[in-house]
Amino acid sequence: MLSALKISGLKKTYKGGFEALKGIDLTVKQGDFFALLGPNGAGKSTTIGIITSLVNKSAGKVEVFGHDIDQELETAKSFIGLVPQEFNFNQFESLMKILVNQAGYYGVERKIAVQRAEKYLKQLNLWEKRNDAARMLSGGMKRRLMIARALMHEPQMLILDEPTAGVDIELRRSMWEFLKELNKQGITIILTTHYLEEAEMLCRNIAIIDSGIIVENTDMKSLLAKLDVETFVFDLKPNNTPTELAEFSSRVIDGHTLEVDVKKSQTINSVFIELNKQGIEVLSMRNKSNRLEELFVGLVGSGQATSQSAVKE
Amino acid sequence: MASSRNIIALKSIMHKEIHRFMRIWVQTLVPPAITISLYFVIFGSLIGSRIGQMGGFDYMSFIVPGLIMMSVITNSYSNVASSFFSAKWQRNVEEMLVAPVPNWVIVAGYVGGGMARGMLVGGIVTIVSMFFVDIQIHNIWVIIVTVALTSATFALGGLINAIFAGSFDDISIIPTFILTPLTYLGGVFYSISLLPDFWQGVSQINPIVYMVNAFRYGFLGISDVSLTLSFAVLGVFIVSLYTIAMVLITKGIGLRS
Ligand SMILES: Nc1ncnc2c1ncn2[C@@H]1O[C@H](COP(=O)(O)OP(=O)(O)OP(=O)(O)O)[C@@H](O)[C@H]1O
Ligand SMILES: [Mg+2]
Repeated sequence: MLSALKISGLKKTYKGGFEALKGIDLTVKQGDFFALLGPNGAGKSTTIGIITSLVNKSAGKVEVFGHDIDQELETAKSFIGLVPQEFNFNQFESLMKILVNQAGYYGVERKIAVQRAEKYLKQLNLWEKRNDAARMLSGGMKRRLMIARALMHEPQMLILDEPTAGVDIELRRSMWEFLKELNKQGITIILTTHYLEEAEMLCRNIAIIDSGIIVENTDMKSLLAKLDVETFVFDLKPNNTPTELAEFSSRVIDGHTLEVDVKKSQTINSVFIELNKQGIEVLSMRNKSNRLEELFVGLVGSGQATSQSAVKE
Repeated sequence: MASSRNIIALKSIMHKEIHRFMRIWVQTLVPPAITISLYFVIFGSLIGSRIGQMGGFDYMSFIVPGLIMMSVITNSYSNVASSFFSAKWQRNVEEMLVAPVPNWVIVAGYVGGGMARGMLVGGIVTIVSMFFVDIQIHNIWVIIVTVALTSATFALGGLINAIFAGSFDDISIIPTFILTPLTYLGGVFYSISLLPDFWQGVSQINPIVYMVNAFRYGFLGISDVSLTLSFAVLGVFIVSLYTIAMVLITKGIGLRS
């Protein structure tokens, strides 16, 4: 099957000599829902910038639905809808104008563009704001405006760079639903995120990038299977501060908070047994949602000495 | 298919550009009308009446074409300079860069917008002038072609300025230190033939002299330089500035990292 995106040997050295991408390879199948996951500064936006020709590459090859961006740039561009990480619309223009103009850049007739703008503004709950200047929108609305804008030419592939940054839980969920629906209609979706949970909820395949290198590229299921440590946070009655827990790596956060790493092979029961032995009473317990961190340490840290102390094995 | 797409893209850019200066008309369309009225009051009525004739016409009639040309020049330049720079600043230039819009369409769209503002302001200023002098027309085609070519030249200049500009200050440096002096020394207020030989020679390397004189020819039928030479100068400027603008945008100077 034709790949929606094929990247090989992609390198980027910024002016000043910083090497943001050190030769990455990536293939995204048509119709896929793909996550590019990585910490700040990993090179996600750089990669997306190169695909969408906002950043000049230093080396390598990019093909969008089989069209090489060096040879058929305009054809390649016409397949892509981009939702960038930073707001990049004219703050003084109305939503309607922004959308209709954007469609125009892709050759969509004004009449059709107006109809589409109405459709997407309604779907994304922005219709009442259509005549407002973009600067008057809230942060979450601005994100949705950028999604609407990216869809105006009905692209085959939608690339979203941290679409849910600064978006509340409720809106995040409705955005997820919206994206899932688009993907069902056959649109290939690539999104970058810091949150494993987001990738887990949405994506079938995932690549993890760190310091300009792809450290993992697999399907979601196999990735999660690798995640064999989970961290739990215990709120303790402040009578007895625990010392070491045998068999577990644990940290005392303050007098009454304890973090314990539990491997898949271990049970939480044994944590309680240990705590009981020390006469410690537990008020409540929750799952610490830092699985991404754990994942990174697992993937990146196994090869290199890392300074992160989240997981001690 | 690509060609109809390009036409729609070009129309979109021009539409956006025209809409922009119309929306802020108090900043874009009103000041030139006020400025030219002041020129008329000061140079026309107060001082002009003491100057007497220039080039066989009363002073007011003589300076009208140059004054109109001055507003065309500043407005076509500053329209593109500020619009393109602010598109860079707000990053909405990326809307065009990610879309399949060829670079020549971007250049043509912005230049078209700058020309539209230059010519609209030129029209407004001409109408204002009618309250002060009897406008006569010697050759309407020369007027139209000159104003179109001049506004295109300066719109291209404004675009190049905006491409290099890193801050809002950078788009006012060229107008203040280069455009204004060249315009004042470009024969708007006097006939070059009044200057000593040396300064006449120097004036001939000032491109604005050719534009002002061609324009004045269209109204009054008089010119300090030959019309053919004027059009040739304009042609050379447009071709060179267009080439420079295309190279810069293609390389992504100031646009792509
Ligand atoms: N224009 C630029 N000039 C120089 N260095 C840059 C430029 N843009 C990005 N970088 C550097 O390249 C590296 C990768 O940046 P990039 O924006 O791709 O990261 P990211 O993965 O998108 O991070 P985040 O999650 O914070 O958005 C960073 O170290 C950054 O400082
Ligand atoms: Mg980023």
